[in-house]
Amino acid sequence: MNEATNKTNEVILSVQEVSKSFGGVRAVVGVSFDLRRGELLGIIGPNGSGKTTLVNLITGFVKPDSGSVKYEGQDITGWMPYRIARLGIARTFQMIRPFAELPAFKNLIIPLFSPRVKTLSGGKYGDLDSVAKDLLEEVGFERESSVTYKAAGSLPHGYLKRLELAKCLALRADLIILDELFSGLSIAELASIVPIIEKLMVEGKTVIMIEHRLRELFRIANRVVVLNYGHAIADGKPSEVMERDDVKQAYLGTE
Amino acid sequence: MKQRRKERIDRGTKARSDDIFALTSYREMLYVAVPPVLPVIALLVMPLILPPYWQKVLLQTTIFALLAISWDFLVSVGMVSLGQALFFGMGAYVAGCLDHYAGLPIWLTIPLATVFGGALCTVLLLPVLRLRGVYFSMVTLVLPLMLERIIEATGMLGGTEGLTGIKPFGNSWVEMYVVIIVLLIALFGFRRLVTTDYGLVLKAIKDNDRSVMSAGINIYWMKAQALFISGSVGSFCGAYITHVYMFVGMPDFALDYSILPLASAVVGGMGTFAGSVMGAFILVPLSEALRNVGGLRIVLYAMSLVVFIVLLPEGIFHYIQRKYQQFERWVEVEG
Repeated sequence: MNEATNKTNEVILSVQEVSKSFGGVRAVVGVSFDLRRGELLGIIGPNGSGKTTLVNLITGFVKPDSGSVKYEGQDITGWMPYRIARLGIARTFQMIRPFAELPAFKNLIIPLFSPRVKTLSGGKYGDLDSVAKDLLEEVGFERESSVTYKAAGSLPHGYLKRLELAKCLALRADLIILDELFSGLSIAELASIVPIIEKLMVEGKTVIMIEHRLRELFRIANRVVVLNYGHAIADGKPSEVMERDDVKQAYLGTE
Repeated sequence: MKQRRKERIDRGTKARSDDIFALTSYREMLYVAVPPVLPVIALLVMPLILPPYWQKVLLQTTIFALLAISWDFLVSVGMVSLGQALFFGMGAYVAGCLDHYAGLPIWLTIPLATVFGGALCTVLLLPVLRLRGVYFSMVTLVLPLMLERIIEATGMLGGTEGLTGIKPFGNSWVEMYVVIIVLLIALFGFRRLVTTDYGLVLKAIKDNDRSVMSAGINIYWMKAQALFISGSVGSFCGAYITHVYMFVGMPDFALDYSILPLASAVVGGMGTFAGSVMGAFILVPLSEALRNVGGLRIVLYAMSLVVFIVLLPEGIFHYIQRKYQQFERWVEVEG
């Protein structure tokens, strides 16, 4: 029991003073935060405030100019993206580009083929097709329905988002970073995708969500970090953070 | 406004043989079996009936078909090579050196050159694996030309004279059937490979390499493996031709070995391997047949290339496959 409580409180990801400039643009400036296991952290901010760059810094797609990123106590600053993914950090992309020619379930073969999954399943791959179909069912593809077999390029938007989520599940990630997962979804689609994220939280996963749809985000997030011009200007409970004047100003502009 | 649109419907047999495989008559079984079996039989019978000159053309064609397959495979992993000549020349020189300097027998030089040639090409291209698109292509184009000049300038490995007196096959039937059987293995092997989980991952790199990386897969290691596979096929071709001509020299790095495979795959239809073979079996004999024309040969050849590509941009194989598997009819739709 004691051990379990320790585990839930443990810092899983620690971002310390990371900065990144592209040419003259300071995309991320000295951002720091700690993330505990089981938290759902929202990262919000106006367009161009550096949210996606921050995710790219954590997942290795962009190397920071300064600062460090630690995952489970291990310094992963400047690692290649595939090494970071193998530790159990999965992410989705803002611009979703599925493996268009492949049927939906075959898209999951790629994460299922990763060395991480092989190690976790005891060194064997087994029948990946059936594992893939199970995963799709978990994210709300109807079992043996035609969408499962449809080319991913022709899937409706809602299903594409679910497919992205399923890729994270396939990797058996502990930390899942969702870059604007809710964007472009209808209310009905959201209503079916939110429970999947809630289920992840129950399973003890840690989630970071970059979102513009604040109302939906605040219903599930325990904590938010607000970025503005690359600076983290606020960090705290959603209700408290949104009361702050500087946050309102960043969102609504100066009067 | 009414518009006409072509509607395509799968033929019944195609649908039933796709994934549920419920064939009910010999007719249907033939429908499925003929496309792969007929070319195999044709390929195996051809050396028996062709006159000696056209046997040599068949041999050339088979080599270019193999090079086209290896090119097509690299493209399916997202690496557009303009330098199959690198693979070809590397295999040729490794085999030539093993024969000339070490005196190894032919049944050792060809397999060794296949593996080591592929490995050398992979090592040479390792530094540019991170380059994408046209940048990668440029390097592959330049490397064989550079190696050719190095050999010319330093005079090593026989220099401009090349190495002569390489051991021949001895038996022309063995010579012919070795390459035909390798082509058949490569054709069906690659077609199988790209449908395995491993092959899917390779193809996914071309679609979206960032997504593959975030799945924890080292795409550079995967690309290196693909390069090795493709390089080995190309090196086999070089090693084989070295023993056929009993000679290895600078022409083995010639641009022909880079361009013709590419043209074959494009004319035949990319991504199927069968298309690459079909393309080679059209372009190489065509080029031979045009020899009688004389001076205008290259003009006619280039024009026919343009005609193929303009009329059937999808590739001949894809066109035939579509006609074989689907009905087409014009339907009127509201515009």
